[in-house]
Amino acid sequence: MHSIPGRRLIMGLFLIFLLLPIYWLVNMSFKTNSEIVSTMTLWPHTPTLQHYKRIFTDESWYSGYINSLEYVVLNTIISISVALPAAYAFSRYRFLGDKHLFFWLLSNRMAPAAVYALPFFNLYSAIGLFDTPWAVALAHCIFNVPLAVWILEGFVSGVPREIDETAFLDGYSFPRFFIKILVPLIASGIGVAAFFCFMFSWVELLLARTLTSVQAKPIAAIMTRTVSAAGMDWGLLAAAGVLTIIPGALVIWFVRNYIARGFALGRV
Amino acid sequence: MDKTINQKAWFLVLPVFLVVAFSAVLPLMTVVNYSMQDTFGNNQFFWNGVGWFKELLDPSTDLGGRFLASLGRNLFFSLVILAIEVPLGIVVALSMPREGWTVAACLIILALPLLIPWNVVGTIWQIFGRPDIGLLGYVLNAIGIDYNYVSNEVDAWVTVIVMDVWHWTSLVALLCYAGLKSIPDAYYQAAQIDGASRWAVFKAIQLPKMNRVLLIAVLLRFMDSFMIYTEPFVVTGGGPGNSTTFVSIELVKIALGQFDLGKAAALSLVYNLIILIVCWIFYTVMTNAGVERKVQAASEPAAEPKPSAALKPVTALKPKEGVA
Repeated sequence: MHSIPGRRLIMGLFLIFLLLPIYWLVNMSFKTNSEIVSTMTLWPHTPTLQHYKRIFTDESWYSGYINSLEYVVLNTIISISVALPAAYAFSRYRFLGDKHLFFWLLSNRMAPAAVYALPFFNLYSAIGLFDTPWAVALAHCIFNVPLAVWILEGFVSGVPREIDETAFLDGYSFPRFFIKILVPLIASGIGVAAFFCFMFSWVELLLARTLTSVQAKPIAAIMTRTVSAAGMDWGLLAAAGVLTIIPGALVIWFVRNYIARGFALGRV
Repeated sequence: MDKTINQKAWFLVLPVFLVVAFSAVLPLMTVVNYSMQDTFGNNQFFWNGVGWFKELLDPSTDLGGRFLASLGRNLFFSLVILAIEVPLGIVVALSMPREGWTVAACLIILALPLLIPWNVVGTIWQIFGRPDIGLLGYVLNAIGIDYNYVSNEVDAWVTVIVMDVWHWTSLVALLCYAGLKSIPDAYYQAAQIDGASRWAVFKAIQLPKMNRVLLIAVLLRFMDSFMIYTEPFVVTGGGPGNSTTFVSIELVKIALGQFDLGKAAALSLVYNLIILIVCWIFYTVMTNAGVERKVQAASEPAAEPKPSAALKPVTALKPKEGVA
């Protein structure tokens, strides 16, 4: 690939720009609150783990992480399992209304969450799912299912059609073909789609906050309440923030080669 | 690859249809219902016809004034961040190292901001920009720039824009990088033989190859910035005054703050309609781009190898197949 002059400098500066605010958050999470407020220090002069300790021992804090992970995992499972057959259908067949259906799905990925906040609140209250991980998991389906369908459709289309035909000639039934042959073939695609479902559900706050009150409150909502409450516990807030970055940072490693393709909805 | 016509495929699509219909159509019906009514609490509703919509589009009323002002702010915001993020993203993509472990390292650092929960993005910048405890605010004030995003409108805007650039430029860069990677080396070698300048290489080879991904990037960025809520809400809370109140923030204020269901629903529908129109343009442009590509590919001599298609057979020609 051809590059431009001074590319190292540009890249270096941009990466510093990306990392500096994150470094500052990490830096603050290891400082005592008195150090944060009283002096400007570039690194923690009296490093402390007290904020992390507080989060890991106080149930109202660590339960937030568990709640978040709960609906994120639920949502990923639902999204992938309904999207897989649909991705196959869109990739292989033409059927009545297929294009309209595809556009409709696309439009849902783009719908503003703010529009749905209130009706979701009514809907899930009415069916008794309010304040459960299920409510958030189902609500996040509105943008994750279309996303999963798109990504998976790209991967399914990469599987030559001859493989299907050979399998059917060999007497495979459709479900057996699907599970035994297709799913293993697009395993990496499923991984990428799962990663993106995980990610978009993990970063969303508005719906997650609206649909929960006590039992299923996500970590993001617990953090915002700390911000608005009297007295700023900056160190604690920073530590909680750092802990929300870690799951994402961990999974990036596994999908690093597919990230761009996934963000392009499988269409690069 | 021609697709067979098979109406039974609907059975495969049915689960998706049901799940999305449950979480999209049902709530939307509720919104339509509310948008025609007024409520004075106690679950008593009164028919209001298109009253809210009239008010919404009339700048002289309170509702209309607020809506149109936030819409204007939001459009301005979207245009500014596009004007910054797209060129910057291209430059960053062109600056990616060619090989070695640095590629993976750069990719991972680039992707990092994209995986941070949006409210934490807000928190990071809220802390980073504060004049008393944040590095950015402290340094700016130390070198004599009076910077305070809480009280100064311009500073608040700059903060929100820089935050969005920080958050999403990587997306544009990653997409462009993926587009650039699909250019075969042979193209560059040919350019070298022809003695093409750096700029000519960019204009004749790299930019055309990035066309499609750039389109996706621009439209994704436009949509997402048009729906932005969490990040500015955490940093500025829509203030100072109303200076950074975008459409989503205004909507949530009316819906969940004032519980003004009728007004909020009418606003939602108009908002959704705007998004839908933009989305449709996006879809049509993408579909047409795909068709043009196919025509182009078909008109080329069959014997000529098409390295790009050979490299990325999976997705290179994809969209128009699923879509057109």
